[in-house]
This record gives sequence, structure tokens and C-alpha cells, in this order.
Amino acid sequence: MRVLGIETSCDETGVAVYDHRQGLLAHTLYSQIGVHAEFGGVVPELASRDHVRKTVPLVAETLERAGLQGRDIDGVAYTAGPGLVGALLVGAAIGRSLAWGWGVPAVPVHHMEGHLLAPMLEEPRPGFPFVALLVSGGHTQLVEVQSVGRYRMLGDSLDDAAGEAFDKTAKLLGLPYPGGPELARLAEKGRPDRFRFPRPMTDRPGLDFSFSGLKTFALHTLQRELADAEIPTQEREQIKADIAYAFEQAVVETLVIKCRRALDETGSRTLVLAGGVSANRRLRERMREAIAGEAGEVFYPRPEYCTDNGAMIAFAGAQRLLGGQQEPLRFAVDPRWRLVDLPAIDRRR
Amino acid sequence: MQFDIESAPAQEALGARLARVCRAPGVIYLRGDLGTGKTTLVRGFLRALGYSGAVKSPTYTLLEPYSVGALRCYHLDLYRLADPEELEYLGLRDLLDDHALILVEWPERGSGGLPPADLEVNLSYAGLGRQVRMVARSATGRELMRRMENA
Repeated sequence: MRVLGIETSCDETGVAVYDHRQGLLAHTLYSQIGVHAEFGGVVPELASRDHVRKTVPLVAETLERAGLQGRDIDGVAYTAGPGLVGALLVGAAIGRSLAWGWGVPAVPVHHMEGHLLAPMLEEPRPGFPFVALLVSGGHTQLVEVQSVGRYRMLGDSLDDAAGEAFDKTAKLLGLPYPGGPELARLAEKGRPDRFRFPRPMTDRPGLDFSFSGLKTFALHTLQRELADAEIPTQEREQIKADIAYAFEQAVVETLVIKCRRALDETGSRTLVLAGGVSANRRLRERMREAIAGEAGEVFYPRPEYCTDNGAMIAFAGAQRLLGGQQEPLRFAVDPRWRLVDLPAIDRRR
Repeated sequence: MQFDIESAPAQEALGARLARVCRAPGVIYLRGDLGTGKTTLVRGFLRALGYSGAVKSPTYTLLEPYSVGALRCYHLDLYRLADPEELEYLGLRDLLDDHALILVEWPERGSGGLPPADLEVNLSYAGLGRQVRMVARSATGRELMRRMENA
């Protein structure tokens, strides 16, 4: 079965074609297309989240890259939530209409289910059940994945997502926004043990996260350490690097502590890291040290499957269509769709 | 009105005090740098209205809708908006018909596309604490401030 997947839940417009026997056939993001100017001539500078003007050309481009035509597609999957209602409606309307026009089934996909199953686009695939840490600019969640559609929320962010805390702390340190990756680079120059930041919510049971306070802690540390105007520029830069180091260490250690706790609680041996922040080098190293060392396994999908993309929607949609689920000739989106409300899919029908 | 805030719980308490005198519909702008406590104030505001779940930062999602009983409340954060035109993709016009309370962080990024404020809340650093200044911008806002003073 060949499935076209459309992702338009927030900033990115992503389209992909996944074949359940051959794997991913093509996978494109509008932001990458713009750079390569493959729309034939001048590429207009379209606003972020202008999915209306981006989606249809991107579908055409993706089919062309896969060497396919509309009649080669057996089903269409689109993100139906959670996300921005206006953005979701674009992908849903286009996806549902294409499926109708092509005479194939359509299926709405939960954005977070896409992220949770994205590691299964890689070889070797993690086997069910596993624990997933979804850590990005918008999310910090721990989820137990028992099978497709059987999810248990273990922990969630109470305020700022980890990636957001990175981006905002970077801004406080004078880096451009969003500067999470720049902060990580600055941290490489930081001196260990210069500052110690708290590990929020690790001193009590539970798997929820709160990173907003770290941002404030970074701000107050910066104000205190740089209060003296006499400090030479070079030393100021070193202090900023030291703060970046301590901040990154606090986030990483907090995530490691909670992941170990989640594995203990569920009895699972497999941890999957997904979301943009999972590209962080120190996080990957520390997770491997802390978890892979105890005969557990840690899986990381490649970064292009970690951030928002159409491939994960095509893949999750294929699992649901193969399981017999499809949407009647209507569509709806739900900006606050809850992951635990998804129907389970049993492929052994 | 001006307030000296010493801690995050005090910021939440101020949000709660504001919520108790607020009537829908209404538009509140929150202005202040990163880390001055805008979302913390909104958290206290929503809790006082009776919302018990997590009040997350809307920086990434841009918009978080809340329902408490019959009351609808929208928490917007326009920090990531590059152009006020993008407000169109948030479905902002539909929200305005909703008889809702609308709280907007970083309203300057949406200027021209936002409804005018009834009340402006300006937040700034003051040592380890924060200073909060509230300014009425409409008759509704002035009435709100009067109730706040008497509360």
C-alpha cells in the first residue's frame, strides 16, 4: 500500500509517500524546496504557516520525486490534530479532497502518533513495547507505546517545553532566536562545575517536566555574574559559556533521570528519543551512558524524522489504513486532540 | 496601578486577583521581556477562573484555547510571528466572535491585526523580583481597574 502523507499542523508544510513494502519513496518539506528553487523560476517568499499556497505544489513535487502519479497512490493521510486549527484545516481539506478525487481511502493522523512511530521508519526498528521521549520546541512528553494506537501518557511538560527553554535561554545569553543549537555550541566552551543549576521536579516522584524555572535561574545567574561593568569582554563571554554549560547539563540530566524512571516504571528496556532536541549531542551521549549500559537499548531516528515532517504522517497513516481504519467522505480537525483517545489498531485481523 | 512582585507565586496571585474582577469579553495585552512572568501571571489568571490543568507556554503553539464552564479564554503568544498577516492562519477572526477573554503576549508583533486592548499589563525586571504596571485602555479597562482597586 502506497500512502501520501500531509503534515500542516504548525510551522512546516511536509509531504511524503510511504510504501509499506518498499519504505519511504519521497519526502519533502517546503522550507527545503524553497532553498533549492525547484518550483521553476522565482520562488515567492511565503509567510510561515501559509500552508494554503504551499501544500498543493509540494504534493506535485513529492509525487514527481517519487516518479509517481496520483493514480499510483492507494491512500491519503493528513494531520488532523493537535495544532493550529487554520493550519490543520488546510492539510485536512486538501488531503481528503485528493483521496476523494483519486477514489482511495483517507485517514486522519494524530501529529504526536506520527512522532512516536517515526523511529520505525529506520532500520533496525525498535520493537513494541517501548518508551518514547518526545522532546522538541513544543513538547516534552514521555509516552509508553504498547502498539499502534495503544499509548499511555507517562509525563508531560507543565510549562515550557525543553526546546523552548533552550531557545529562550539562548536569547537571554544574547544569541539569536531560536538559538537552542547555538546554545549547545556555546556550552562546549563552558567550564564544568562553575555553576550548578537545579534539576526541576526530580526530587519528587512523577514524570512531569517543568523547565520554565531554569530560564529564570539562567537570567538571575547572568544578572548577578555580569553586574560588575568592569568585567572584561572575554571574561563575560566565558561566563556566558559557563552558564550555557550548566543550563544544558541541567536539562539533559533531568531528562535522563525521568527516562530511567519511566523505564523502571513500565519495565521496558527500549527507549526511543524523538523530536528536535533529541539531536542534542550531550543528550545522546548521556542517554547512551545511562541507559544502554544496563542492557537497555536507545533508538534515535535521524534528525529529518525528528522534526515535523510528512514521512511520519504517511507512515502512521499506512499503519491505520492497513489496519482497516478510514474516514468517511467528510473531515474534521481537533486542535486539542488527546493522544490517549486514539483507537488501537490490530494488524492481525 | 503598579505592583512589586517578589516571586512566581506572587505573580500567579496577581493574575488571580485580575481574573476575579474580569468580565468577558475583553482583551488584555501583556508586554515584557523574556522571563518577566507573563505566562506565570496568565497561569494564575486561568487557575482563578477554575481551570485546573497545566497552563503551558503558548510560544510554540502560538495559541492555547481554554474553556472553563461557559467561559472561553484564549492565551496567545505572538513571539514567533514574523508578520501580523500570519494572524489570519490562527483563525483570530473566529475567536473575536466568541465573547471570550483574550490574553496576548508580545502584542507588538501582531500590531494592526489584533483587536485593541482594554487593559495593558507591562512587566519588567526589578532586581530578583518583577514590577507590574496595569494601564486601562478603554472604558471596559477603566471599569476593570476600578473593581481591582476595590477588591
